[in-house]
Amino acid sequence: MNLWTIQTLVPLPVLVPLFAAGLALALHRYERVQRIISVVALSVAVAAAAGLVVAANDGPVVVDLGGWAAPVGVNLVADPLAAIMLLVSSIMLLCVLLYSMAQGIADSNERTAPTTKNAKLLREALEAQDPDADESGRRDALPVAIFHPTYLILAAGVADAFLAGDLFNLYVGFEILLAASYVLLTLGGTSERIRAGSVYVVVALLSSIVFLLAVGLVYAATGTVNMAQLAERLPDIDPGVRLGIQALLLLAFGIKAAIFPLSAWLPDSYPTAPAPVTAVFAGLLTKVGVYAILRTQTLLFPSNEKLEAVLLVLALATMLVGILGAVAQDDVKRLLSFTLVSHIGYMIFGVALATQASTAAAIFYVVHHITVQTALFLVVGLIERRSGTTSLDRLGGLARLAPGLAILFFVPAMNLAGIPPLSGFLGKVGLLEAGVFDGSALAWVLVAGSVVTSLLTLYAVIRAWNKAFWQASTDKEPLPEQAPLPWGMVGPTAALVAVGVSLTVVAGPLYDYAERAAATVMDGHTYIEAVFPDGAPRGTGESNDVTDEAQEDQP
Amino acid sequence: MIVLDTVPSGALLLAVGVLFGAGVYLLLERSLTRVLLGFVLLGNGANLAILVAGGRAGAPPITHSGPETEPMSDPLAQAMILTSIVITLALVAFVLAMAYRSWQLHGHDEVQDDLEDTRIARLAVADVPSYADSDSEESGSTLAEEAATARDEVALPDPSVDLPTRGRDGS
Repeated sequence: MNLWTIQTLVPLPVLVPLFAAGLALALHRYERVQRIISVVALSVAVAAAAGLVVAANDGPVVVDLGGWAAPVGVNLVADPLAAIMLLVSSIMLLCVLLYSMAQGIADSNERTAPTTKNAKLLREALEAQDPDADESGRRDALPVAIFHPTYLILAAGVADAFLAGDLFNLYVGFEILLAASYVLLTLGGTSERIRAGSVYVVVALLSSIVFLLAVGLVYAATGTVNMAQLAERLPDIDPGVRLGIQALLLLAFGIKAAIFPLSAWLPDSYPTAPAPVTAVFAGLLTKVGVYAILRTQTLLFPSNEKLEAVLLVLALATMLVGILGAVAQDDVKRLLSFTLVSHIGYMIFGVALATQASTAAAIFYVVHHITVQTALFLVVGLIERRSGTTSLDRLGGLARLAPGLAILFFVPAMNLAGIPPLSGFLGKVGLLEAGVFDGSALAWVLVAGSVVTSLLTLYAVIRAWNKAFWQASTDKEPLPEQAPLPWGMVGPTAALVAVGVSLTVVAGPLYDYAERAAATVMDGHTYIEAVFPDGAPRGTGESNDVTDEAQEDQP
Repeated sequence: MIVLDTVPSGALLLAVGVLFGAGVYLLLERSLTRVLLGFVLLGNGANLAILVAGGRAGAPPITHSGPETEPMSDPLAQAMILTSIVITLALVAFVLAMAYRSWQLHGHDEVQDDLEDTRIARLAVADVPSYADSDSEESGSTLAEEAATARDEVALPDPSVDLPTRGRDGS
């Protein structure tokens, strides 16, 4: 077998970060080596993902792991949808990694130690602040070795979830990334993070159980967990059972994607984590849930009008409840967490319309939202570092103190709100077009709801911008005049903002790509034929026998 | 015989139901330890459900040689359960550590109220707007400040229990 084919690239975004995580953990004493390992691993992942985006343009790239063909073995499928998600998430993960290294999050809890990067200095600084620095104070400084390996495992889990060709592998991918996210969210084990972490972990555990149960039911009903084979077999099973399975999968993914009414956990748990961690979670974890919904709704359950109506209503509720929550917040982090929930509604809107155009728009919107939401959270991290708070009541006059920061906040904020010609506007127009084309009463309501949500988003972010940057601080104690903003933190943030803006520049090709991605999962044969290249009819007794005979290499 | 091979055991199905019922009940408790036990039960219930999906028990999952007619259990279901058992084990370990840390910090391991919820409830009682405008007189206290005071609202249920009520610094 030729090693240097395009197939070689497919497992790399999973394998390289995973091995690098082990290496980084083994070399936890050598901080610099750890950093080099992390950056190199994620750079390789970005390169591999870029290669896959190009390769998947001609059709899905399928790899049979362990040399077993699809219905029997485990396979990774890099179709255009998976490839584009992989590329955007890898770029984002790399940017956040560089940001976090500059911030020295690996060394410190940025709230207690604003400036020092060196762990030893930091510990001394902490003890100087608080003479009887106790256990928890020292613990905050200690998880040096943990951050990089956990972060890499998170990257591997995300890549595995995107590339998974069967439901159980998707479950494993989810578990990998969730387990890493539990550690990242409770990093340092401070009181506040443990409190927020308990909620997050319990909710995530529950959704995992629901997902696992759904996988078991899928297997009981169809005798397979391979997605291509499921796409062939699910239409044949009892409609009631199919509806139950679909609803159960939607419930599991809905919790992860934070769809109303399953979104209450998100705004409470995300803001307590360190800024880079919040940025990754906000940009990526919910989108993995959205990706799973996209994948299962389009590929496995192509048409079910009842559930589509339910999804449309939920999308509307997610948008409106989320954005009304954002309007009421006085903390930038929480405000952004609520806009995150709200904009998940747009993606669900696209999925629920279940046409090729709407799915393409949803994919474009996911790509746009990953970059923009992450950039905004990174900027908020910079604001917190610059002024020591994220409360809108405290902030003020930052435009004068830090004009660069003002620009960095303003551009992605406008992008989020959907001001033309930025990519948020293009994604929303695509969704609105698809909604109008659908023409049903509910779709029109959704179109109106989207416009209202967009305006309210504009109101929320402009209010934040006004209070934090434009008008003078209402607080008695003025913000510090000078606080260091390392270039290492500003650089990756600016890069991510630039990526967000460049999405506008490449919007034409990107939109075409999103349409091809939507076509691949929705046309009902491209994906299946890529996984079963011989084109033989599956779902018959023949492949049942094959499935029954040799499954040792399933996970 | 052949029919029996695909019909799952009713006792196992009942066990799945009981595990899920008890698990959900425990999951609704406030103590992290009980939530954890609930998660364990739910996980076992889900695993058992997958086992049931694999068909009736009794036959070996892997047969090397033998007549074609020899009955065989579905190995895929068992492989999936093994994987999920390992995952459950790891997560249980993590939640245990988290519950212990919570006890270290607070002297109890109860999941506390959502700060924003309690804050909004307090504001609703006082009938004041939820945030201070630039032209309003006073700037309200920030969430971070309230977080510092709102933490230990769940005190130890029984003061006679011989555990030191720890401050938020774990001192």
